[in-house]
Amino acid sequence: MIGALNARGRVLLAALVAILLAAPLVADRYLVSVLILIFYFTFVGQAWNLMMGFAGQLSLGHALYVGLGGYVSALLWLKFGIGPWLGVFAAVAVACAFGAAIGWLGFRFGIGGVYFALLTIAFAEFTRIAFDHIDYAGAAGGLFLRVDDDGRWWNLRGGPLLFYYLALALAAGAVVLTAWLSRTRLGYQWLAIREDEAAARALGINAFRAKMTAVLISSAMTAVGGVFTAFYNNNLFPNRVFDINRSIELILAPVVGGLGTVFGPVVGAFILTPLGEALTALTDRLGINAPGVKAVFYGLALMTIIVLKPSGVWPWLARVLRLTERRPTEPRP
Amino acid sequence: MNASFVLEVIVQGVLNGLVYGLMALGLSVIFGVVRVVNFAHGEFTVAAMYAAFLLFTWFGVDPFVAMVPIALAFFAIGYGLQVTLVHRFVGRAEHEQFILLVGLAIIIVNGTLLIFGADARPIRLSYGFDSFLVGPIIVDKVRLYAASAALAVAAALFLFFRFTRTGTAIRACADNLVGAAVVGLDVRRLYALTFGLGLACVGAAGALMETIADAKPELGPVYTLIAFIIVIVGGLGSMAGALIGGVLIGVSEALAGLFLAPSMKSMVSFALLILVLVLRPQGIMGRRV
Repeated sequence: MIGALNARGRVLLAALVAILLAAPLVADRYLVSVLILIFYFTFVGQAWNLMMGFAGQLSLGHALYVGLGGYVSALLWLKFGIGPWLGVFAAVAVACAFGAAIGWLGFRFGIGGVYFALLTIAFAEFTRIAFDHIDYAGAAGGLFLRVDDDGRWWNLRGGPLLFYYLALALAAGAVVLTAWLSRTRLGYQWLAIREDEAAARALGINAFRAKMTAVLISSAMTAVGGVFTAFYNNNLFPNRVFDINRSIELILAPVVGGLGTVFGPVVGAFILTPLGEALTALTDRLGINAPGVKAVFYGLALMTIIVLKPSGVWPWLARVLRLTERRPTEPRP
Repeated sequence: MNASFVLEVIVQGVLNGLVYGLMALGLSVIFGVVRVVNFAHGEFTVAAMYAAFLLFTWFGVDPFVAMVPIALAFFAIGYGLQVTLVHRFVGRAEHEQFILLVGLAIIIVNGTLLIFGADARPIRLSYGFDSFLVGPIIVDKVRLYAASAALAVAAALFLFFRFTRTGTAIRACADNLVGAAVVGLDVRRLYALTFGLGLACVGAAGALMETIADAKPELGPVYTLIAFIIVIVGGLGSMAGALIGGVLIGVSEALAGLFLAPSMKSMVSFALLILVLVLRPQGIMGRRV
């Protein structure tokens, strides 16, 4: 919550933003690429955080929206020459349609908790296998974007700097949006539903509508993230973008940083991504070809955090560094 | 495509499905009693497949024999896991339990990847290609053995819960936890026993699975999802439901492989899951809570 940051917290935040704005001046290509990853995971993590951390709806199929966003925008660009700045609207529309379908099924038929999570997995996996068989979208062979028309930023074609500032803007925008939403009527309704849905209903909150809004905002944001990755990586494979591991990767930052907090996903992404990169670099240096090391580390990180600090690193960090005026909202212990 | 061939594929699906069912039974038992969803279920199954693979390649132990020590070892693992880690998560928020077990699942998948590599690890049994001729159809010997063994383990577990004092005590915990604690049952120990029994099912199912499929790290999440689909389709907490759900998924996978494409078989399972969640969320054998 930006409003909840004290003077000290605001100064630190301003310093961080200034450093990140200036970073490409001194950072090399590799560091820039790591920062882009951090911003990306902040952005999609924040999208997931809105739905799980604030509204309390556990989705384990967010890769669905990443994939749909990526595929819709890439197909529009490849088949019709419609650039991603326009294509993103179609991508968001398609992702929202899927989100609405899942939300409607889940909330109308009273599928909650773990069952809802399974419903989201089922949709993501179903779509993954479907895309494996859609020849129009390249099927299992994948979809590739041309990289030779560099510099045409109006078609989101360009070098690392373009993507750096775009990712930074997305991440910052997501934080601001979350901070704002958490102080709106809707934000408080989400918290009420997360803590006790029956009580929230009894107070006259339209739980269906509030949860549905959370799903729609979350899926729309995640689809924007999908458009970003598609044009940043220039390729799409169904078993890579829709994979359940992508869904899990996406929830790591908010979980480690702190669910239901504004800065949790930021802190989580800044902790996990560099650690993962360092681990990859270390195993490369040691000459070990060990594809699973990074993932084992992520698994250990998840277990350690949830055992020792189930409400995440940010609430603890904010307390220790005295960055907030009051305790950030935390999910029920 | 003649009728007897289709029948053969269906029988194959039923036999595979019983092994799936035993695996899912473990999930169902754990959830039914401890109320923790074991999101690392398929990963444990794959670990058991590797255990069967190692016992076979090092010592030449037949998986149908190896399933006993593997099940015992997995019982111990489950017991220890519940006592040390899972117990403190009982009654906590669902997403916290989930994250704990997903972390464990990721470690198992990638741990096996590190140790065994990404290649499939099949075992070649001397009778691997034998089959029985039953009327007009051919039935694989290995598959028939695996399904029978799965049924036997499931039956043993059913008898344990039905007729032993400990089994009754565990059912009491599932029915009324407060009541069970009031009459002096050691809930902590019973929960650990239950988690152990659930993983023993997984150990046995994994050893059997190794005879009909090849161990691969990436199978972990797939089996977790299959186990979930089976349990939800059959009805969470119902032992018969897990076996029925297993057979249903086994047959639908086999038919999808036959009429659509083998790569599309899990799509049918997911469609089935979505249908059941929407139309009958308590599952086929479950009761509405």
